[in-house]
Amino acid sequence: MADFLQILVTAVAVGSLYALIALGYTMVYGILKFINFAHSDVFVLGAWTGFTASTLLISRFSISGPPPLWLGPLVLVTAMVVCGLVGFTIERLAYKPLRKAPRLNVLITAIGVSLLLQNVGQLQFPIAPDLALPFGASPKRMPELLPDAALLTMSFGDNQVVIGLVDVIIVVSAITLMLALEVLVYRTRLGAAMRAVSFNTDNAALMGIPVDRVISITFVTGAMLAAAAGFLYSMKYPGLNQPAHEVWVLLGLKAFVAAVVGGIGNVRGAVLGGFLIALIEFMGQFVWARTLDQWFSTSMAPTLRDVYVFAVLIIVLLVKPTGLLGTPIREKV
Amino acid sequence: MQSLADNLAHQPARGVRDRVLAQAPWGVALLVALVVHFVLGPVLGPYWSQVATQAAIAVMLAVSLNIVNGYTGQFSIGHAGFAAVGGFTGAAVSYYGALALWGGATKQEGFLVPGEWLMVGGSLLGAVLAAGLGYIVGLPALRLRGDYLAIVTLGFGEIVRVLLQISGPQLFEADDLRSSGFKQWFPPPLGGAQGFTGVPTYASLFWVGLFAALVCIVAYRIKFSSPGRALLSSREDEIAARAMGVNLARYKVRAFVLAAALAGLAGGLYAHTGVVMQPREAGFIKSFEIIIFVVLGGLGSISGVVLAAIGLTVLPEILRDPQRLIEAWGLLAAVGVLATVGGVAMRRSGSRWAPLAVGLGATALGLLAVALVASGANALMRSATGDPQANIGKYRMIFYSLMLIGAMLLRPQGLMGVREVWDHFRRARPAPGRPGGAAT
Amino acid sequence: MLSRRWALSIVVAGLGLVAGAGGCEKKSEAPKGPAPAAKTPDSGSKAGTEAPKAGGAAADKAPPSGTGPILIGHYGSLTGSEATFGKSTSEGIRLAIKEFNAAGGLNGRMVEVKEYDTKGDAKEAKLAVERLVKSDGVVAVLGEVASGLSLAGGPVCQEAGVPMISPSSTNPRVTKIGDMIFRVCFIDPFQGFVGAKFARENLKAAKAAMLYDQKAPYSVGLAQEFKKAFEKLGGQVVAEQTYNGGDQDFTAQLTSIRGGKPDVIYVPGYYTDIGNIALQTRKLNISAPLLGGDGWDSEELGKIAGDAIKGSFYSNHYAPDQADAAVKDFIKRYQAEFNGKTPDGLAALGYDAACLLFDAMKRSKSLGGRDLRDAIAATRDFKGVTGSITIDENRDAKKGAVIVEMAGSPLGPKFRAQINP
Repeated sequence: MADFLQILVTAVAVGSLYALIALGYTMVYGILKFINFAHSDVFVLGAWTGFTASTLLISRFSISGPPPLWLGPLVLVTAMVVCGLVGFTIERLAYKPLRKAPRLNVLITAIGVSLLLQNVGQLQFPIAPDLALPFGASPKRMPELLPDAALLTMSFGDNQVVIGLVDVIIVVSAITLMLALEVLVYRTRLGAAMRAVSFNTDNAALMGIPVDRVISITFVTGAMLAAAAGFLYSMKYPGLNQPAHEVWVLLGLKAFVAAVVGGIGNVRGAVLGGFLIALIEFMGQFVWARTLDQWFSTSMAPTLRDVYVFAVLIIVLLVKPTGLLGTPIREKV
Repeated sequence: MQSLADNLAHQPARGVRDRVLAQAPWGVALLVALVVHFVLGPVLGPYWSQVATQAAIAVMLAVSLNIVNGYTGQFSIGHAGFAAVGGFTGAAVSYYGALALWGGATKQEGFLVPGEWLMVGGSLLGAVLAAGLGYIVGLPALRLRGDYLAIVTLGFGEIVRVLLQISGPQLFEADDLRSSGFKQWFPPPLGGAQGFTGVPTYASLFWVGLFAALVCIVAYRIKFSSPGRALLSSREDEIAARAMGVNLARYKVRAFVLAAALAGLAGGLYAHTGVVMQPREAGFIKSFEIIIFVVLGGLGSISGVVLAAIGLTVLPEILRDPQRLIEAWGLLAAVGVLATVGGVAMRRSGSRWAPLAVGLGATALGLLAVALVASGANALMRSATGDPQANIGKYRMIFYSLMLIGAMLLRPQGLMGVREVWDHFRRARPAPGRPGGAAT
Repeated sequence: MLSRRWALSIVVAGLGLVAGAGGCEKKSEAPKGPAPAAKTPDSGSKAGTEAPKAGGAAADKAPPSGTGPILIGHYGSLTGSEATFGKSTSEGIRLAIKEFNAAGGLNGRMVEVKEYDTKGDAKEAKLAVERLVKSDGVVAVLGEVASGLSLAGGPVCQEAGVPMISPSSTNPRVTKIGDMIFRVCFIDPFQGFVGAKFARENLKAAKAAMLYDQKAPYSVGLAQEFKKAFEKLGGQVVAEQTYNGGDQDFTAQLTSIRGGKPDVIYVPGYYTDIGNIALQTRKLNISAPLLGGDGWDSEELGKIAGDAIKGSFYSNHYAPDQADAAVKDFIKRYQAEFNGKTPDGLAALGYDAACLLFDAMKRSKSLGGRDLRDAIAATRDFKGVTGSITIDENRDAKKGAVIVEMAGSPLGPKFRAQINP
């Protein structure tokens, strides 16, 4: 029971991060109809910018001991701004010239951008005595910006369920951001413009909507959400993998699967999908663990958790290709 | 895209080339294989022969992926998964077969020894398995729009990788094999994370040359056949193709299954080149490498993709030590200047081989330039960082990704587009229209 | 229009002829020293000759003589996710060469190293070694760190009759490739045994849990050997969990381990993952110490894991704080050479592998593959930084291991125990 609840806590925290990343995928897909493969790298950039910024700030202000509370939000904003700018640049330089090209070309460009970000991120040139940019090829420890306290500890027999402050903050800030996006998309003029562009770009242009600007804003919003997710992720898992680690790509892929399962192009679907995928990933591991372990005589369940996610993807595509909340799309003839 | 219609419409009426390829594909492939093995091999020497072997396998992978990504305009990112399925099947058949038949998996010396046939059998079985999996994966995904296939194939490659990772430990001795029971074979003993080792190195230049040539012939015959045009039409405009009565889903699935089978075959041979087969062979990083070949070579162009696969396999080897190439500067410069001058003269006289000569000269000069630039960059980096081993080759993935983006922005159809090398040697192409544009 | 077609055909032919570069380069190299081994006409099909025959061709090969520099090869992962491994090893080797040359080299002949990147990829590793032994004509090869890559490169050396010394491939199968392949580190079964022995005897642990990296052959091998040894010593493995290298959430595995109430948790992964594992272990209020292998060895470990790793142990090739003058001196010279960087175990092993090779060169009758091989095989009680090395009949190094504890401030490995075979 304790184990079950403990994993549930993790699943909810990770699920809200998946949801944040999935939002970026789904917004771009909704408008431009292509998978932005570089999105997961923007997420990584968010995490690593957070690391660089906080390390720099701590050393510049010679902070020792637990950092002040204002540092966390400041670093979060920095990461979001940097990633927003990068997202804007990517869209302008790489994607905008291909607006009318076949989608395959855009997809390949996205893969190119993704590879570029990964490999540039892995470089390291010393700039100042204590600063090297970009991020290098070894893992780093994210400074603790939040007190690492257990907020709630419940005992079940011998075992305890620990809910950390970090978990709560992740879920709360993720939900806050999602609500803000919900308001932006469904309650503002800008949101209406986004939906119009997503529905039909040419018509939107005819109605006087500045399509390019709306697309840029969409990209920047998605990138900022990914940056926030990256920062929150690095709070929960302070041992940061190096930027080109393939695990990052897998994380991004799972978020993309979440967007597809929820119904690609659908903002609420992405949130639903995010939580669902995390639950499947972690619960699959938990529920199947014992059966599989007996079968294989060693522990296989954790290794298989990626398999669950992709299996779910294939099943959803077979049964309901538009995803849980998606509406059927008619190809226009 | 006008260049495509143009290209297909102006194919010469079945010439000698097509007749030969149609009547005797095996003969052509065999000829290529024999030449590669007995002429090219000794000329290249042992080390560059190994590079050539890897290049031939890269060619097989790239040309097979081109059938899906190039011809049909679908996008598969799980090609390495199929290659790995073939690779591990081939490795297992070859290794365990040798253990069962001959009691040991040491390499048999000679040409066309029984062990080599076991390799061929294993690779073909791998191709069949890969084709079966391709059918299962392709059927749902190909009914949907293009990028779903991308994500499903990516997932497929990862699933293959994970399943290989949890496979059982390899059985090394004939006795282990004989006494093995169900427990050893489920999960199958493919080495797990440790990888599968000890596969005899039968993939000689002969075999890889033979199969690479066959794969290219198959791809060529498909491209210029009626089903091939159906595939290409679906890439250009699905709706128009459907309107013309092309059964899109069926063609797409067939192309996908064929590509998977050929990748499986290539993987089977790869397992016999002396590498350790590891689960990571199925991962998406390997798939991306193949995609880079196809995209830079030209989506749809067989010769372009072949050249890209060879070039991008050889280039890193040159970058290992560009200094060596500079030592041959006299030869390179002589060939370069002579061939270029000769080519220009030939062109004056109207020879159709002129571009070839110029190409040869330009290549020699280009190689020299690459070597000079690379070793200059190395020297610069070494003096800047103080690291005597600094090498520009380290940054090749950055160049590749920039090339991918640049290619899509500036030349979206890749180096060759859908055309073939020889299209550029044909003289006077009538009414070219506006070539090189993306789909309109 | 026309010019475009022209330009294109040039580029195309250009790409194609890059393939021909091999031929060009080959010709250039012909007058350049000893002919590469075995230039038989059908060399393509003969690649990978088997062990019994091996070295035959090379033994007749004229041993490189004269006064020019002696070329040795090193192949390692200098880029990619395992870049730090290759880099450390490379630095160790370069320090050894610098010192050897400064001391006069081999009768006045200097040693030079050719170094090729494997990018952590088996195919690249094989090609790199092919190039070293068949094109560059090195007298011996050092490398690789990862066993999977040594298994790809080893057969090439074996076939060409060039001795190879792996600094740190611990998989037993590496030296089984053939009689040309050596190593200067201990092997997995021994390291697993060391961990088990320390857990049983020093920590008095009765119940152990294991958490290993299913993706890393190294980690899987070590876990299996630990389990064997620990059960043989009367302990019990109560939980066995896996992860994929790079995973960042271990809640499911750790809750499962928690249920077994282990006295020690054996985590033979790479240091890159240990940080998150240690943090989450402590967060779940599991107080059992973690125990690891030499994959933990990195300056970064203390920084990544912080206090969570305090009081955990790992087996290693040497401890930087060992009261051994040779070790202290090595660290000092290394730091002087590489901007104050503390050498890790891989650097020390790279240094030892190179020094052992030079020692063998001095004793060898010639620099031919056979003679050099015999000289390496005859190494007894060679005093290396990582201990006294004796090459046994399996061409493995017979040497002890140390157990270090993560302690002190700044957090780093501190010597705890020495365990000999």
